[in-house]
Amino acid sequence: MIGALIARDVRRTIGGAAWLPVGFFLVVATLVPFAVGPDPRLLERIAAGGLWIAALTAALLPIERLIEPDRANGVLDQLTIRGTSEEAVGAAKVAAHWLTFGPLLLIAALPGSFILGIAPSALGRTLVALTIGTPGLAALSVMVAALTAGLPRAGALAGVLLLPLAIPLLIFGAGAAGDPESGGLLLEAAVSLLLVAASPFVIGAAIRASRT
Amino acid sequence: MKPHLRFEDVACRRGGRLLFEGLSLALGPGEALHLTGPNGSGKSSLIRLAAGLLREESGRVERSELALADDGLALDRELPLRRALGFWGGAVGDAMNALDLARLAQVPVRLLSTGQVKRATLARVAASGAALWLLDEPLNGLDRDGVARLDALVAAHLARGGAVLAASHGPLGGSWAQLELGV
Repeated sequence: MIGALIARDVRRTIGGAAWLPVGFFLVVATLVPFAVGPDPRLLERIAAGGLWIAALTAALLPIERLIEPDRANGVLDQLTIRGTSEEAVGAAKVAAHWLTFGPLLLIAALPGSFILGIAPSALGRTLVALTIGTPGLAALSVMVAALTAGLPRAGALAGVLLLPLAIPLLIFGAGAAGDPESGGLLLEAAVSLLLVAASPFVIGAAIRASRT
Repeated sequence: MKPHLRFEDVACRRGGRLLFEGLSLALGPGEALHLTGPNGSGKSSLIRLAAGLLREESGRVERSELALADDGLALDRELPLRRALGFWGGAVGDAMNALDLARLAQVPVRLLSTGQVKRATLARVAASGAALWLLDEPLNGLDRDGVARLDALVAAHLARGGAVLAASHGPLGGSWAQLELGV
């Protein structure tokens, strides 16, 4: 059932709104040079941070379609009835969301880096940091989606919840891209791992609590 | 023989309000129970308790493998009906024939009418092969032909040793034990 659920979620997203967060990511990345001016030295310094802010805001976009439609439509109930635990559903949702979010975001990070004029020496580190960060970001998105599913104004609430919780990822991820000696990459990996490991349990509990 | 569903002294509380308490029932193979009662008396809550989707306030619920049809469609709206039902597996073809859905196999779920959607949820239950069927308002939206097909499906399921628990304001065909809530 888990494999079928992942395949279904991926198929639905690819056939639907998978490109939306990526487009949004590029739009936000484009805004940075407009906002701070075209000075290459300044842009080079803030490029990694700009990419990370773009990634965080792009992660907000899909939240409302991650859990709520399946809750309202009874899919989550039917999965439980058929013996799939809510935690397993949560793990499948995180995996499916990362598959449609992470790789596309990394592809978009290439033109994004170009727009921001990132230093060639920092490009590789920035992409590695994003690669390590996206699973944590995907897990966080699905957790917030599950916690806000069925609530009024869930979209706005999700933003207020997700962005502060993503601060550790942001600090270590952007730090790792800037200074190879900082150890930021390891700390970012630890935060990402923690988010991924906790997500099935948080999502499972949230699904159970949202039942009426 | 072991019953498919057993409630032992079960109480259900929703939003601070006690809907029922001290409820005991058992549904063995071939048995059907029709739940009635005014709006808000706890029929749907009883069905969700039986399905394991709600926790009982006190008492014990035992259930065998089950299938649930309520107002949650649980089918992907963009897919053709046949593929959407196929996600849940089971004897989809037979169930679609039994509810006269075969000619809609290639129609996307989002284009189905209310009655056709109801037939699709019932087909999901019929295809599941589960011993216990839980039906919440199965008659809503069904035309006369649909009601007759549902009655036939339930009769065949009972004859195979299955059990059915249905909450409905309308009359159900066949012989049902009655349980009225909220009295």
